[in-house]
Amino acid sequence: MISNLAKAGWRFKRPSVIPGFGLTLGFTLAYLALIVLIPLTGLVWRSASLGFTGFWQIASDPRTVNALKISFGTALVAALINVVFGVIVAWVLVRYRFPGRRIIDAIVDLPFALPTAVAGIALTSLYAKNGWIGQFLEPLGIKVAFTPIGITIALIFVGLPFVVRTVQPVMEEIRKEVEEAAATLGANRFQTITRVLLPGLQPAILTGFALAFARAVGEYGSVIFIAGNLPYVSEIAPLLIVIRLEEFDYAGATAIAAIMLLLSFAMLFIINLIQAWSRRRYGYGT
Amino acid sequence: MDVRVSGVRKEFDRFPALHDVSLEINSGELIALLGPSGSGKTTLLRLIAGLESPTEGKVFFGDEDASLKSVQERNVGFVFQHYALFRHMTVIDNVGFGLKVRPNSSRPSSDEIRRRSSELLDFVQLSGLEKRYPAQLSGGQRQRVALARAMAIEPRILLLDEPFGALDAKVRKELRRWLREIHDKTKHTTVFVTHDQDEALELADRVVVMSQGRIEQIGTPDEVYDKPNSPFVYSFIGESSKIDVRVENGELWLADRRIGLKSDLPDGNAWLYFRPHDVALVKDSDACITGTVVASRRVGATRRVELELGGNAERIEIGISADHPAKEMSGIAFRPQHWRVFPRS
Repeated sequence: MISNLAKAGWRFKRPSVIPGFGLTLGFTLAYLALIVLIPLTGLVWRSASLGFTGFWQIASDPRTVNALKISFGTALVAALINVVFGVIVAWVLVRYRFPGRRIIDAIVDLPFALPTAVAGIALTSLYAKNGWIGQFLEPLGIKVAFTPIGITIALIFVGLPFVVRTVQPVMEEIRKEVEEAAATLGANRFQTITRVLLPGLQPAILTGFALAFARAVGEYGSVIFIAGNLPYVSEIAPLLIVIRLEEFDYAGATAIAAIMLLLSFAMLFIINLIQAWSRRRYGYGT
Repeated sequence: MDVRVSGVRKEFDRFPALHDVSLEINSGELIALLGPSGSGKTTLLRLIAGLESPTEGKVFFGDEDASLKSVQERNVGFVFQHYALFRHMTVIDNVGFGLKVRPNSSRPSSDEIRRRSSELLDFVQLSGLEKRYPAQLSGGQRQRVALARAMAIEPRILLLDEPFGALDAKVRKELRRWLREIHDKTKHTTVFVTHDQDEALELADRVVVMSQGRIEQIGTPDEVYDKPNSPFVYSFIGESSKIDVRVENGELWLADRRIGLKSDLPDGNAWLYFRPHDVALVKDSDACITGTVVASRRVGATRRVELELGGNAERIEIGISADHPAKEMSGIAFRPQHWRVFPRS
């Protein structure tokens, strides 16, 4: 049965009663090519002009490597933290009715709308040595602003809505019956959450994670204010690209960009594979 | 396991769903809670399971007061209307779930869980589908998985909420017979909720007829069908016709005519209930019900005629033999063979 489904998946879908398959597919391809594919191809093309040795020289430059490590490392940590808090926020919004719920629901979307530079400046002033929160962390020996911790906090800010907004609708769909079934079978609250609810949400959580992660890897505006931008310590890869551009080192900039592109694509591709696999198993969306 | 529900009342936000319901279920019985939607039957089932707690009253399992116990501690098998299978688990993991979440001290080994789960799947005739996911099963198969999952915890009682509600008519009939067989084999005390009277009458040892949060009648299928004890049961189970009559000196009168039926109700207005097919045609003699045929239909082996009763332009239906030459506007005289009279209040 599964192999049948997989085989059928490769065939063109039969046209339905609604016409326009050719039109919409053509539009999709043209649109994707203009907006996404051609610029990205240009990127690869430009960095290819460096030749392998030139490319490798830039790729293995300690400053590049560190910037990439910081970018992907902080993005990963931020996305993981967002998964935990995003799921809790979604849970509260879905499960409970309380005054101000709609307001909180709306606040979750703010990071989408707010210019990220504003968020970066606000977070910096909060977490700086003399900021509202920073002054309490300073005596404890915790420095947030101008360190990777600061970068992570900025990335948590921009990534939160992605997790909440992908998990929330799926959570709303969970029937109360499923939880009750677990309870009648003897599962306590904790077992119900860890063995029944969370595994059921896993595909949505994974999507939210991927989106938050992808967004965080590419984030620039909010990070540069709070990062301090010390080479080798708190300099992110997008910033390094801008620095190279300002030095008119276009090839260097595109090389770093190409590496980021490759890494991001690989990670998103793997996440998508996991998604497709779990979708086929659990029958979501079929 | 005997189950005793005693004086249970349940309110949702001050809206009463059950009024003072008492019910005794004997060990090994198969009981149907039958009623229209909104009659409180599902609420009663959920109260027994512990998914709701009563506003007043108690539920006993044997001699022990189950009201004090949580759902988890009650150890009941509950099959939900839409099965509520865990869709991220395979069939066999669904069935074994109840055993896997037991505390270490009472949890069987994983081999044992696996063995018992496949045994149950065998029992519900689903062997070979262990590795499937719920999304890959038909409705009837999901129903069986849900039942196997509920039985895996060796429940003290088995509760089923509209077990066949979401299935098509053919599968429904099959599963109905199959559930009866399963019950006869396992002898679980079983309570199921249904709004389908055929299902209740065919399957259950005893039927509990409910309406508007009250139990109207408890009895064997024969009792509730042949001796309904209220106008509601009379009209809800099987077909019925009712006539507006008057009791005078122990006799029933329709307008100015005696029907020829006796009643020991006090004088006053009353409803006469009878089954449309359970009538005897009589010659237009002194004491009978007479009416004019206004419509006549062939229904299966009998003819169903709609009569207009002279006095008050009331219309009723009766069933007569198919070869009766009932023409429109002709007169028919009959007398119910089994009937009941309920005072009009």
